[in-house]
Amino acid sequence: MDDRRAQIVEILQRVTRQDVTPAADESLFDSGLLDSFALTDVVAALEQEFNLKIPDSDLNPRKFDTIARIESYLVDHS
Amino acid sequence: MAFIRGFGAYLPPHVVSNDEIGPQVGCDANWIVNVSGIEERRFANGESVADMATRAAEDCLERSEVPSSKIGMILVSSGSSERQFPGPAAALACRLGLNTTPAIDIPMASAGSLFAMSLASRLAKAYGTILVVGAEKMSSVVMRQPMERGVAILFGDGAGACLIDEEKGPARIVDSVIQTDGAFREDLRLDFEKPLEMNGRSVILQASRKIPRAVETLLGRNGRKPEDVDTYLMHQANQNLIARIAQALGVAEEKFFSNIRKYGNTSSASMLIAAAEWFQTHEFKLDVPVCFASFGAGYHWGALLAEGVA
Repeated sequence: MDDRRAQIVEILQRVTRQDVTPAADESLFDSGLLDSFALTDVVAALEQEFNLKIPDSDLNPRKFDTIARIESYLVDHS
Repeated sequence: MAFIRGFGAYLPPHVVSNDEIGPQVGCDANWIVNVSGIEERRFANGESVADMATRAAEDCLERSEVPSSKIGMILVSSGSSERQFPGPAAALACRLGLNTTPAIDIPMASAGSLFAMSLASRLAKAYGTILVVGAEKMSSVVMRQPMERGVAILFGDGAGACLIDEEKGPARIVDSVIQTDGAFREDLRLDFEKPLEMNGRSVILQASRKIPRAVETLLGRNGRKPEDVDTYLMHQANQNLIARIAQALGVAEEKFFSNIRKYGNTSSASMLIAAAEWFQTHEFKLDVPVCFASFGAGYHWGALLAEGVA
């Protein structure tokens, strides 16, 4: 697992307080790992961890539904 | 300058508990409380939006000791009116004995009463005393088939009212911020004769950012900080969201008045129902800020700052 992905997983574990390592394409919503409020915490943590500001226009929940999609977003906006 | 003269509210008598509504959508009462903070809500069985608006308006006028003849304009927010047009504003004006006073419908759902208060504060100079009402019959919406769990449990019926006065009142309206971001217009919508569609993740994600930002903008340009605010009177959408907003602003959740436990989310009525209930046991303190805030379909959102006067 590369560093970026490991950081994402660490954020998920910290926000959800669960020692989980979802598969890259596993839906974080459908699995029940993230609810609406946990999602806001994940977004805030991503901004802080990766030193970026995610504009409201980018906050389509589907972009944060899987680790792969989160990683893709971070790559595009790094 | 404009003043808040008083508030009023009307809640239908029929109480619908979580135990009653939960089984209809396949969930139990505890789950509803956990995800929303709601324990019960009111359903207006035989009453219309205009009926509830009238009761809230009359309550407001009586508490404010202002006759309806003094009203220079009426603004009624409702996203659940029974007709496309005319909306409830015309009926309300008629029932208050007013037959030339301009009465305007604001079909904006949850943010409607905040927008109406903001507009009223600016129109008071021209129209004098302005009656703002938020009235909703969300039961007629959420019971449409197919019922969706995340929607059906949230909403209730009721009406709230506020009198904005050009000359006097216990609080002056200092400033307000109202904003719209139509990029998310599909994420919370009510199409004609269809069930309410809500992307809950989008609503929570956007509201948890936009509301604090609007509040901080409003307070900042008036030389205030979130911790200076005595009470936050917010749209009662979800107790967990209220908690998140408090956290984002760095203030104790207790500063946010809440009655969502009893009435659920009454859309544009909720902020004024909360204000009316708060005002029955509290007062505006001299020069101490009270902040109103709301967020709803559109998305539309905003915040309004009031301070007590001598």
